[in-house]
Amino acid sequence: MPTLKRSAPTRLLLGLYRTMLRIRRVEERLSALFADGTIPGFIHLSIGQESVPAAITHHLTNSDTVAITHRGHGQALAKGINLDAFLAEMMGRASGICQGRGGSMHIADSSVGMLGANGIVAGGIPIAVGSALAHQLDGQGNIAVPYFGDGAIAEGVFHESLNIASLWNLPCLFVCENNGWGEFSKTDDQFSGSLKKLAATYDMDYQFIDALDVAKLSNLAGRMIKAVRKTSRPAILECKVTRHHGHYEGDPQKYRPEEELNQLGGQDPVSHAYDKLITAGIPVSELTELDRQIQAEIDASVAQAMAADHPQFDQAAAGVYA
Amino acid sequence: MNNPQISEETETLRFGQALNRALGDAMRADDRVFLMGEDIALAGGPFGVTRKLLDEFGQRRVRDYPIAEASMVNLAVGAALGGYKPVVEIMFMDFCTLAMDALVNQAAKAHFMFGEQGPVPLVLRTPHGGGLNAGPQHSQCLEAWFAHIPGLIVVCPSNAADAYGLLRAAIDNPNPVVFVENKRLYSAKSEFPANPQPIEIGKARTARSGSDLTIVTYGNTVHLAEQVAKQRADQNIDIEIIDLRSLQPWDETAVLTSLSKTHRLIVLHEATEAFGIGAEIAARMADIGFDELDAPIIRVGAPFMPVPYSVALEAEFGPNAEQLNTAIDRLLL
Repeated sequence: MPTLKRSAPTRLLLGLYRTMLRIRRVEERLSALFADGTIPGFIHLSIGQESVPAAITHHLTNSDTVAITHRGHGQALAKGINLDAFLAEMMGRASGICQGRGGSMHIADSSVGMLGANGIVAGGIPIAVGSALAHQLDGQGNIAVPYFGDGAIAEGVFHESLNIASLWNLPCLFVCENNGWGEFSKTDDQFSGSLKKLAATYDMDYQFIDALDVAKLSNLAGRMIKAVRKTSRPAILECKVTRHHGHYEGDPQKYRPEEELNQLGGQDPVSHAYDKLITAGIPVSELTELDRQIQAEIDASVAQAMAADHPQFDQAAAGVYA
Repeated sequence: MNNPQISEETETLRFGQALNRALGDAMRADDRVFLMGEDIALAGGPFGVTRKLLDEFGQRRVRDYPIAEASMVNLAVGAALGGYKPVVEIMFMDFCTLAMDALVNQAAKAHFMFGEQGPVPLVLRTPHGGGLNAGPQHSQCLEAWFAHIPGLIVVCPSNAADAYGLLRAAIDNPNPVVFVENKRLYSAKSEFPANPQPIEIGKARTARSGSDLTIVTYGNTVHLAEQVAKQRADQNIDIEIIDLRSLQPWDETAVLTSLSKTHRLIVLHEATEAFGIGAEIAARMADIGFDELDAPIIRVGAPFMPVPYSVALEAEFGPNAEQLNTAIDRLLL
């Protein structure tokens, strides 16, 4: 294998591609499992947005914390949540990471610094800032990352969070996945300001990037995370992404222009990275094998989840208080 | 058996001073305890509860927070998940409305919905109650809202010794605790033990022993009940008073035991009577204590209207001795 001849950027891209592809394949499977009724409730897929968590998490350790959103499967998987426990949770099983009590919108794994997904839009942002406060008190150089969508930026707690993070110099990177749609409505119809101006108001660094190119995004995220760690000044990173599926799985998306839906294929960070890897000389067969390995891992995790026990009611009822 | 901890070596202390002492002792005992609130550091708190704590513990642990309740309580959730024990102050209980998501959807749920991965040991201190002519948005008693939420603990002391002991227990507790302080009590002096200890949450206190009827109450109305009970003793009416101290969980056993002794029950509170703490207690006792009841259970609480501003209106708003006496008469005469 020509591994030794590969450049550092190519090796980096291959790693990011693997993270993105794994998220993509897991979410495709979730889509199918939701459609056939194996997964109940609501799920919100991040297909098309995988580059953001892949790039951000590349620069985080398990001691750094993230608060994730309702569209947070990719954010969870990139942070390192155990796939068996993740899929079992999606199916509401006892072996789920949250013992089947949370599901897709309320998934957490404290062992890898994942504070929790949130069913409340913007709900996780101030909690992550509180985690940043804990990091500051700890003095170990860890940081917190609140992920949020453009739909969260009209929420009051987001603005309060920016203020207190700046006022107290909290080590916090605010990461916005801006897909242009706050649920079923255009971002432009919901928010009159801009994150850039807000960052200026609160004296924070602000960067905008099209997240189609995961390698460029990773470079930028790496620089910003390093700066947050070093200076303990909060910053905002706004990533332009494309939501390929509906707000929720099953959403007919009648509110979305057909023209936009037809162009989604050109806005795919996974295929963008694939093309760059091929151009860099990575053999198709290697990428096919990578995909096969990921699918095999998912097959095994799905099988164990489907075989897992349902949770006991008495045990859940005993878990209301610590 | 008023309070077993009060020995001969007692002093008297103001309710607010007892809270101040509890905060200071808790911070000395555990480095992870820190305070956040509006005007609590430099100014020592609007009611003086955090006075001088900034001097001893510094800005790192005694933090003035902007007027932004929603993020403040959420930050406390995040810090608690990070291993700290934040104690936040909401200046008036009415302002808890701004922090409802943090309390109800985040703090109360995290332990359960994340499958018991970690507790949320935060305390939210807040003053409730009228009597200061502070009007509709600075006088409410909203404790029943929080008692209705699985995952929250709600505590409401009536005297200095309990204020200290329950606040220490609240800070030690791994769950989110809403700690309610009646603002008319802050300057009230009462006995205080020489060596105060945490008081177990969920245990009521018999504030007065009696045999004719039971008044179950908490917070400032314990004193109203005591005052009325003293007056009625002259008429040979012997009233037992149960001071709940904790509202969620509440001491069902203590209330049932008292009811089994007196067979008559009044539930008294300053909060709105409708859909309140009293409704829950009355419903439970009508269920598990039905055979013990010699009369209907009566609730005495605030009328179904906002707390009015005017001195004349607020005096009538109650609850007052006249309303409580009317209820007693209904049960005994």
